[in-house]
Amino acid sequence: MADSSTIMGLHQEEEHHPELLHHFAEAGQQRDAASLGMWVFLATEVMFFGGMFCAYLVYRHWYFGDFGAASKSIDATLGATNTAVLICSSLTVVLAVWAAQTARRALLIGMLVFTMLFGLAFLGIKSKEYYDKFEEHHVPGASFNFDHVPVPGHPGEYANPRHAEIFFSLYFVMTGLHALHMIIGLGIFTGLLVMAWKGRFTPEYHTPVEIGGLYWHFVDIVWIYLFPLLYLIDRHP
Amino acid sequence: MSMEIAIPQPVERENYLNKEYGALSWLLTTDHKRIALLYLVSITFFFFIGGFFALLIRLELLTPAGDLVQADTYNKLFTMHGMVMVFFFLIPSIPAVLGNFLVPMMIGAKDLAFPRINLLSWYLYIIGGALMLHCMLTGGVDTGWTFYTPFSTNFTNTKIVEAGIAIFIAGFSSILTGLNFVVTIHRMRAPGMTWSRLPLFIWAHYATSIIQLLGTPVIAITIVLVAAERALHLGIFDPKLGGDPLLFQHLFWFYSHPAVYIMILPSMGVVTEIIACFSRKRIFGYSFVAFSSIAIAVFGFLVWAHHMFVAGISVYSALVFSFLSYSVALPSAIKVFNWTATLYKGSIRYDAPMLYAFGFLGLFTIGGLTGLFLAALGIDVHVTDTYFVVAHFHYIMVGGAVMGYLGGMHFWWPKISGRLYPEGWARLAALIVFIGFNLTFFPQFILGYMGMPRRYYDYSHMPEFQVLHVLSTAGSTVLGVGYLLPMVYFLWSMRYGKPASDNPWNAAGLEWKTASPPPTFNFDEEPVVTWEAYNYEELDAPPHKQEVTVG
Repeated sequence: MADSSTIMGLHQEEEHHPELLHHFAEAGQQRDAASLGMWVFLATEVMFFGGMFCAYLVYRHWYFGDFGAASKSIDATLGATNTAVLICSSLTVVLAVWAAQTARRALLIGMLVFTMLFGLAFLGIKSKEYYDKFEEHHVPGASFNFDHVPVPGHPGEYANPRHAEIFFSLYFVMTGLHALHMIIGLGIFTGLLVMAWKGRFTPEYHTPVEIGGLYWHFVDIVWIYLFPLLYLIDRHP
Repeated sequence: MSMEIAIPQPVERENYLNKEYGALSWLLTTDHKRIALLYLVSITFFFFIGGFFALLIRLELLTPAGDLVQADTYNKLFTMHGMVMVFFFLIPSIPAVLGNFLVPMMIGAKDLAFPRINLLSWYLYIIGGALMLHCMLTGGVDTGWTFYTPFSTNFTNTKIVEAGIAIFIAGFSSILTGLNFVVTIHRMRAPGMTWSRLPLFIWAHYATSIIQLLGTPVIAITIVLVAAERALHLGIFDPKLGGDPLLFQHLFWFYSHPAVYIMILPSMGVVTEIIACFSRKRIFGYSFVAFSSIAIAVFGFLVWAHHMFVAGISVYSALVFSFLSYSVALPSAIKVFNWTATLYKGSIRYDAPMLYAFGFLGLFTIGGLTGLFLAALGIDVHVTDTYFVVAHFHYIMVGGAVMGYLGGMHFWWPKISGRLYPEGWARLAALIVFIGFNLTFFPQFILGYMGMPRRYYDYSHMPEFQVLHVLSTAGSTVLGVGYLLPMVYFLWSMRYGKPASDNPWNAAGLEWKTASPPPTFNFDEEPVVTWEAYNYEELDAPPHKQEVTVG
C-alpha cells in the first residue's frame, strides 16, 4: 500500500507548518478557506431551518388563537432556563476561542468541557419537556388530545385540537432537529477536546476551534428564534 | 521491480492515473480528478438505469391499450425514471464530473479547497444511490418524482420514506460539492486569475453552486417533513388537521424549479467553452454571459409557483409568478444571442464537441421558448399535465443539459484520459443523438397540445394519438443507440485511442497548459496568469505578430 500520508492528501513539505495541507499556498489561505466554508455551510443551514419557519409562519397566521393556546401549554420556565443555558454556552465558546488564540491550554480545555456540560444540560431539560408533553398526550398521533383548552383572550372559545396538533408537529420537528444539531455539536466539541488535550492548537493554528465555535453559535441563534416563536407568542400578564 | 520490461519503451510521464494502482488508491483518493472519475462511473450506471425505465415507458405507449405493464407498475416506472434521472444523474452530471475535474485546473489550483469533503460527498452519493437501488428493487415509489401530498403522506403504500432518505443523503452530496466550489473559486485562484479572467465555465459553476447551497436544504427539510408525517404521524401537510398540501408544493418547487438551473447552467458553461474554442474567437460579451449566469441563479429562485398555476394559488400571485417567469428568459436569451454573436465571422470547425454545442443551441432555444408558452397563464391552463410539458422539460434537461454534458465529455476527454476518441464515430453519435432526440420529443409537443395527458399508460379512448407515440418510441431507441455509442468508444479509446497531446484543440484555458493526463497536483509549477480569458486571437496570430519589440 502506498504511503498513507499521500492517500490522505497530506503531502507535506519540511518547511511547512505541520497543519498546512499540500494544496494551500500558505496558512492564511487555509484559514480563510476553512472559515468561508463554515459560513457558506451556515447559509445552507439557515435555508434548512427556513423551510420550517416558513411553515410555522403560514399556520400561525391561519390558526392564530389555536397556536396561542397550544403554545401556552408548554413550560416557558424550562424554555427560559434552556435559553439561559445556551447563552452561557456561547460565552464559554468565545472564551475557548480566546484561550486557543492566546495559547492557554488549560483554560481552553476547561471552556470546552463547560460548553459541553451546558449542551448536555440543555438536552436534559429538553427531554424533560418532551416527557411532560408525552404525559399530557400532546405528542401528535393516535393518542393526541387537546380538548377543551381555552383560546387565550377569547373567553368561552376552545382551541381546535387539530390545529393544535399542527402546532405540536412543528414544535417537535423544529426542536427535534435543533436538538439533533446540538448532539452533532457535542460530537464536534468532543473532537476539539481531544485535539486540545493533545496540544494541537497554537496561536498560529486554531482554525478548528474557530469554525467549531461558529457552528455552536449558529445552533444557539436558532434557539433564540425558536424560543419566542414556540414558547412566548401568547404570554402576557 | 518484478514488472521489468525487456524492450525499452518511451517512459510515460507520471500522472494522476498511473501514479498509483489498486482499488484503495481510488476509494480513498482525495484527488479531485480521481473523484471526478468515480462520479463518472457512478452516474453512468444510474443513467442507464433511468434510461431503462424510460425505454419501458416508451414501449408501453407504443400501443393505445395498457398491455405491457400494469397501471401500478407504470406509475412506478415514471416515478423511478424521474427520481433516478433528476437526483442521481442530471444534478451531479456536469458539476460532479466535469466540474470536479476542471474547476481547480481552470483556476490554477492544486485541488479543491476541501479534498476530503469532496470524497465524502461521493460516498454520500453512493449511500443515497444504494438506498435508492434498494428502494427500487423492493417495490419502488409511485407518487411521481414530486412526492405530492397528501397522496405521498396518507395514501400510497410504497416506499416513500426510503426514497426520501436516499434523496436527502444525495442532496447533502450536492450541497458539499457546491460548498467546495464556492470556497475554491473564492480562495484558491492562481496569481493573476482575477474574476474577470475566469473562464465562463467557472462563472456557470459558481452560479450553480449558489443554487445547490440555498435550494437543496429546502427540499431536504421538506422531505424530512413528509417522512416524519408518514413515519411519526406528525401532521404538517395533512388536510385532515387543516394542514395545507399547497405548502408542500411551494416548498418542493422552491428547490425543484431552481434545480433545473443546477442542470442547465453547468451545461451553458461547457457550451461557452466549446463555442469559443471551435470558433477561434473570444466569447462575445464576456461580462454579460458571466453575469447572466448569476442572474439566472437569482431569478430562478423567484419563479417556482409557475408549477402551481392550476393548483389553486391566487390569481394575483399567479400573475406575478408568470411575469417573473418571463423575466428569467432574459438572461437565458442574452446567453443564446452572445453565443450566436461569437459564431459570427468565427473560423468554425465542426468537431464532435461543436456538434453537441450546436445541438444544445437549437434544442435549448426550443425548450426555452416553449417554457414561455407555459409561463403564459392562459396556455398553461390548456396544456398543464400534458405531454407538452413533458416535451418542454425534456428539451431543457436532455436536449440542453445532456447535450452539454456529452459535448463537454468529448471536449475534455483527451485531458481526462490522455487519449483521443475516434472523431468519425463521435460525429456520427452526435448526429444520432440529435436525430433520435428530436424524433422522441418533438411529437410529444404535438401530442400534448392535442390533449394527451402525461402519466397515462392507456390511451385507448384516443387511438388517433398512436402514430405520434410510435414516432416517439422509435426515436427513443435511436436515442438509446446514440447514448450507447460514446460509452463504447470512450472505453475503447482508453486502450486503443491515439495518445493526446497536451492541447489537442489548441484551446485557451489553463487546463490545457498542463500535461494530458495531468499530474496529481495539476501543474508542475504554480501558474501565473497574465492573459485574458479566451485569447484565441493571440493564440492563432502568426508568430511575427505575437510580439512587437521596440528598439
